[in-house]
Amino acid sequence: MTRERRIPPPDRNALRTQSLILRTTGFFLLPLLLLFALFLLLRGHNAPGGGFIAGLVASAAIAVHLFAMSEAGARRVLRVDPRDLIAWGLILALAAGVIGLFSGQPFLTAHWLTVSLPVFGELKLGSPLLFDLGVFLVVLGTASTIIINLAEQDT
Amino acid sequence: MLTGILSGFLLAPLAPALHRLFPRYSGWLLALLPAGLTLYFFLQWLPVTQQGPLLTHIDWVPALAMPLSFMLDGLSLLFALMICAIGALIFIYAGRYLEDHRDLPRLYVLLLCFMASMLGVVLSDNLIVLFVFWELTSITSYLLIGFNHEDANARAKALQGLIVTVGGGLALMTGFILLGHIGGSYELSVLITRGDTITAHPLYGLTLVLIVLGAFTKSAQFPFHFWLPNAMAAPTPVSAYLHSATMVKAGIYLLARLHPAMGGTELWLLLLGGAGAITMVLGVFLALRATGIKRMLAYSTVMALGTLTMLIGLGTRTALLAAMSYLLAHSLYKGALFMVAGIIDHQTGRKDFLDTGGWARYLPVTSACAGLAALSLAGVMPLFGFIAKEQLLEAGLNHGHALAPLFSAAIVVAAALGVAVAAVIGIRPWFGKPAALTHTPSEAPPAMLLGPALLAGLGLLLGLIPGLIDRTLLSAAASASLGETVTQPLALWHGINTALLISLGAVLVGLVLFRYWQGFRHYTRWADTLSRFGPEQAYHRLMDGLVALSNGQTRLLQSGYLRYYLISTLLTLVALVVAALWLNPDALKLRPDFTDIQLHEAVIAAVLVIATLAAVTLQSRLGAVASLGAVGFSIALLYVLFSAPDLSITQVLVETLTVIMLVLVLFRLPGFLRLTRTRTRLADALVGITVGGMVTVLLLSVLGSRYHGSIAHYFISESVPAGYGRNIVNVILVDFRALDTLGEIFVLALAATGVYAMLKLRSKGDTTEPEETHD
Repeated sequence: MTRERRIPPPDRNALRTQSLILRTTGFFLLPLLLLFALFLLLRGHNAPGGGFIAGLVASAAIAVHLFAMSEAGARRVLRVDPRDLIAWGLILALAAGVIGLFSGQPFLTAHWLTVSLPVFGELKLGSPLLFDLGVFLVVLGTASTIIINLAEQDT
Repeated sequence: MLTGILSGFLLAPLAPALHRLFPRYSGWLLALLPAGLTLYFFLQWLPVTQQGPLLTHIDWVPALAMPLSFMLDGLSLLFALMICAIGALIFIYAGRYLEDHRDLPRLYVLLLCFMASMLGVVLSDNLIVLFVFWELTSITSYLLIGFNHEDANARAKALQGLIVTVGGGLALMTGFILLGHIGGSYELSVLITRGDTITAHPLYGLTLVLIVLGAFTKSAQFPFHFWLPNAMAAPTPVSAYLHSATMVKAGIYLLARLHPAMGGTELWLLLLGGAGAITMVLGVFLALRATGIKRMLAYSTVMALGTLTMLIGLGTRTALLAAMSYLLAHSLYKGALFMVAGIIDHQTGRKDFLDTGGWARYLPVTSACAGLAALSLAGVMPLFGFIAKEQLLEAGLNHGHALAPLFSAAIVVAAALGVAVAAVIGIRPWFGKPAALTHTPSEAPPAMLLGPALLAGLGLLLGLIPGLIDRTLLSAAASASLGETVTQPLALWHGINTALLISLGAVLVGLVLFRYWQGFRHYTRWADTLSRFGPEQAYHRLMDGLVALSNGQTRLLQSGYLRYYLISTLLTLVALVVAALWLNPDALKLRPDFTDIQLHEAVIAAVLVIATLAAVTLQSRLGAVASLGAVGFSIALLYVLFSAPDLSITQVLVETLTVIMLVLVLFRLPGFLRLTRTRTRLADALVGITVGGMVTVLLLSVLGSRYHGSIAHYFISESVPAGYGRNIVNVILVDFRALDTLGEIFVLALAATGVYAMLKLRSKGDTTEPEETHD
């Protein structure tokens, strides 16, 4: 098996342009955009960013990939059906809220856990992060569900 | 006590597993719960009847002042004992009767839930809690009537029962709220001590009518009596439990319970007495006209319910004591008779009295039970039914009201016809010429005989020795219903008096009627013609009307055109705002301040306006989309200028994704055509300008008025210490106002589901359906 990764050839069924430029940029943009989305998600609590914005960026990444490659390719990037992302996002957000209930406080009360890691120093993990991750997944799931299914209608 | 009520709900999910483990004895095992509850309530007998009611109080929703409070007094005890004891017998019976039915576990689950709900109704002290359990009995009963859900008839009848009882439930809820309002408390234990205040209140009449509507629909009083015989589509064990002994008595329970709080007025007597008397006579008349076994039993239940309502309406000491005796007697014999009807069906397959006859030799035990129960129904010495009927006659004869003779006459007529009904049930299937059967029927299995034998035997035992219960249970129940202490011993023999003579006459007339039963049915055929104008027809008319109304309304409101939905939504918004400002003219504070507008801000605003005008007037879709994009990006720029980077990023991203989605849709739309006339377009423009102008004015006004101090300072100062975050927007989103965000992501998920459904539904209609490419 060759380990070399090549820019994939145009999908036979893909309706979109056969433009080499778009495919090439799409191939490189996808990991960059997804990393950027992760970056936005994690830094969101202290600087501009957050689950909602990160979800939109990730959806844009998926959309670019879809136009550059194919609908099937976009689905392969997500690995799971985008609808499932919505469900998992809602479950995570609810779970973040339920944490408060178990300690006898109102629903959605924030809980923080400070972890000391050798390299990163002090790391604050809290239920709001879990909640934000839920928001991220719902936004990504919603946008990709709509975009991918709309695109698949075209054929 | 709470554990006792909830135990049914707790056991319900386990019932199917239990049935799988012990398929043959599941009924016996499940009967242990109601049997245990019977024992529990039995142990409360002495404390409750001698020391007064038992109250428990658990905070449920303290914010709404809604506690889970329960009360066990004589009345509740009588009902709880009946529910649990008959329930235990029903489980044993049903386990055998439906042994081969594949859905037997489902029946168990529903029966357990129903039993628990019913216990909740008779034990609740809080009106709202009572109402919740009341509706639960309606729902479980709906599922039980429609148990054979593949049968369209069963489904329709179940729905009929549900709509009638839940419709009454709506009235009941309103009545309860009014009652809690005028009585100053939602606790029954308090309300029953405030009868004078409640009956003197101007809203008393309305409250009473609403509550009585709820009770009448549940207890199948005229004109709502028609659902009960139709509910016989249920399997026989369900009919025996719900539609004779328990659920239909919930209305009776409620009336008896509220008598001290709302009774004793002329309206109470006329409403309850009148409807009860009519139901009683109508029920027994229709019972005698019916030939289906379960149908006749159902109509005779209607008669009994009418009798009970009438007695509670009469409201004297004798009447209420009679009501309690009659209630107990009826539950005993009617439960037994329904189970007998089930045995006849199970062993011979016959469901109609005309197809039966001469089977006493094959089913000796069953026929003995049927005979005893029928004697109790007829009110013949020495059964408990006799004692109940004597009291009933005395309650009518000794009442002082001007209309009392009418009630007495109704009682006498019902008594005579009732004897004939009892004779049909007790004689017709067992004696005379044997009805032809393909096989010789054999006696029913012990599990099915236990119920009728115990209930019929108890009817005999209590008739012979009424002292077992008269001074304790029945007196305590009657006291609770009367509001003052009653201790009245019952006796089988009162000497020769008017009531006894009337009883004797009724038996004679009833037997003659039975002799000429076919003739009676022949000469009362006009009743069938009459029923074409009866309340059941009204029900069907009402349902058809509802469907027609919603059809018309859908045609009117759901045009299917997005633009009409938009117009109506927007104009409603305008109307609401204008109405609010009309009522509150001071709220509008327009103090626009344009002094510190910078040049670049003005330029962006100009770009916004131009782009908007372009979007409206451009002739191509792509151009319009691009112009809308310009609007969005200009707004994002404004956010940047006013230092809101998060909003700005979001706006840019949303614009981008919107354009992507529009592109995906755009190519699949038909060519751009101008289909609307100028007039329509002008009207649309007017709507747009109105809405836009209104929002502008509102926003300017909001800037000019501030009722409370700004919350911004709180967010700014608390963001780091309480939310551990320096990005205030994000801390607000995921911590301070996380509940809002949670709601929003649920809306997003719903929107995605909607889009997905629309796309997939559409492609289903297509012949060229695109294949699913994933997985």
